[in-house]
Amino acid sequence: MRAWLPALLRLALLVLLVVFIASPGWFEPLLRPLTENGAPAIYNQGSLLTLTLLHLRTVLVATVAATIVAVALAILVTRPAGAEFLPLSRSLVNIGQTFPPVAVLALAVPAVGFGEKPTLIALFLYGLLPIFENALTALTTLPGNVMEAARGAGMTGWQRLMKVELPLSAPVILGGIRLSVVISLATATIGSTVAAKTLGEVIIAGLISNNLAFVLQGGLIVAALAVLIYDGLSAIERYAARRMGREAE
Amino acid sequence: MIEIEGITKRYNGTAVVDDVSMIVEPRTIAVIVGTSGSGKTTLLRMINRLVEPTAGVIKLDGADNRSLPGYQLRRSIGYAIQGHGLFPHRTVAQNIGTVPLLLGWDKDRIKARVEELMTLYQLDPQAYGPRYPHELSGGQQQRVGVARALAAEPNVLLMDEPFGALDPIIRTKAQEDLLAIQKRFGTTIVLVTHDMEEAVHMGDKIAVMDAGKLLQYARPAEILARPANGFVETLVGSSERPFRLLSLGRVRDAVEPGGAEGEAIPGDASQRDALAELLWTGRPALPVKGADGKPLGRVTVEGLVKRARPA
Repeated sequence: MRAWLPALLRLALLVLLVVFIASPGWFEPLLRPLTENGAPAIYNQGSLLTLTLLHLRTVLVATVAATIVAVALAILVTRPAGAEFLPLSRSLVNIGQTFPPVAVLALAVPAVGFGEKPTLIALFLYGLLPIFENALTALTTLPGNVMEAARGAGMTGWQRLMKVELPLSAPVILGGIRLSVVISLATATIGSTVAAKTLGEVIIAGLISNNLAFVLQGGLIVAALAVLIYDGLSAIERYAARRMGREAE
Repeated sequence: MIEIEGITKRYNGTAVVDDVSMIVEPRTIAVIVGTSGSGKTTLLRMINRLVEPTAGVIKLDGADNRSLPGYQLRRSIGYAIQGHGLFPHRTVAQNIGTVPLLLGWDKDRIKARVEELMTLYQLDPQAYGPRYPHELSGGQQQRVGVARALAAEPNVLLMDEPFGALDPIIRTKAQEDLLAIQKRFGTTIVLVTHDMEEAVHMGDKIAVMDAGKLLQYARPAEILARPANGFVETLVGSSERPFRLLSLGRVRDAVEPGGAEGEAIPGDASQRDALAELLWTGRPALPVKGADGKPLGRVTVEGLVKRARPA
């Protein structure tokens, strides 16, 4: 396959996605055959653009929070002073992962009410593990002679962390963030069961009114977003890894 | 000057370095040799306090090395290690400028120093400065590692098997470069190696360590001629001993009056090289020429053989 073909496909997908979100009306004839009894083919209870942006915002907020907490936790437990908390933090983060997001939603609603909050909590808890595990792997497998050289050059603990450990860990931590974002993009749709404004609304509306066109357009937008963001983050990761003379995974 | 006084390091009650005392004179090279696990690296790492001793004192130019916080002490001491440990995410110029940057030198001074060192190490600053370490060959990476250690003009340079990962030809070149730079800057160097050949070649004095103890600390000729015990003798290698002894002397010092046929050997060459040349060509004597090309006399197989034994 030629080298430019994947890039071209992604560009085409991006253009298609943007056009569809901006003026879904143009695609009405395509989706029309999927509806019955003259039901609308394009989601009409809100703008797809607004829902997409809200969906992305929810994922962004949850991922940023999860990244900060997970990386901070990984840094803490890889310092000599925090080493004894390693097992504890591992199990805490694992619990976040074993809880099904639906259960988190069900438990969070009585505590914080309906809306975006319970979704953010579920996505945050769900996003922690991949980032934490990757950050931990990265910080504990740094090349020994590089760390030795950093100490020998007279860097303080803080300087070693900021100038050597985190930059060298960046590609692997980014890999964790990428996994977390893709999981969150898909999981955020469930948030609409507790009245969060996400693309899940479109899918749920389609399921309730037995409208396949709604389900399909909601699902496809989420899928396209996931593919594009995954590829974008992979590219950043590869760039960062290449600069360090390491092969990307 | 480095004064090591009664230094001991114990891990869980086992002494890794056991009551070692030695003095490294200013502007000299002390080589610590020993097998792996002899405690030589631990001893080296206690000088810049990457390892804190259990007992004893180390003084640098008269001052206890614990009078400064560890990280400040280490900024004033050069440190080069096996496999160089270059920062892969920083360019060659940034790598070399690491310690000056930590010391807060201004940009122009760092730039000037980096360029000086790169030129000294035959790396074009324009071509190699902006590259990343993985784009360099092994020999170039090693040179950048030593340049980084020397960047802040330290009085003391610690080296832990700095040539261990190099192939023999580049290794010889790197050793010559280091000797030239040591002469130029007058740096006091402590070098750790397991290679006796390297120790004899590089060291003004050699410290032989085994199982944490300093067995002998003396000039190379002394170590070769009068090894303190069986272990030192084994390390010296009885079959290599005469040749190593010869490698310490210059041809100039073995010159006898008279002339000989054939290509002349420079007076600066080692006596070992002269003997090798004589044996290989099957001649009894070689003419010797001075640095200016004038004949100095000759060296003979007999004369060199006498010198291959301790006096």
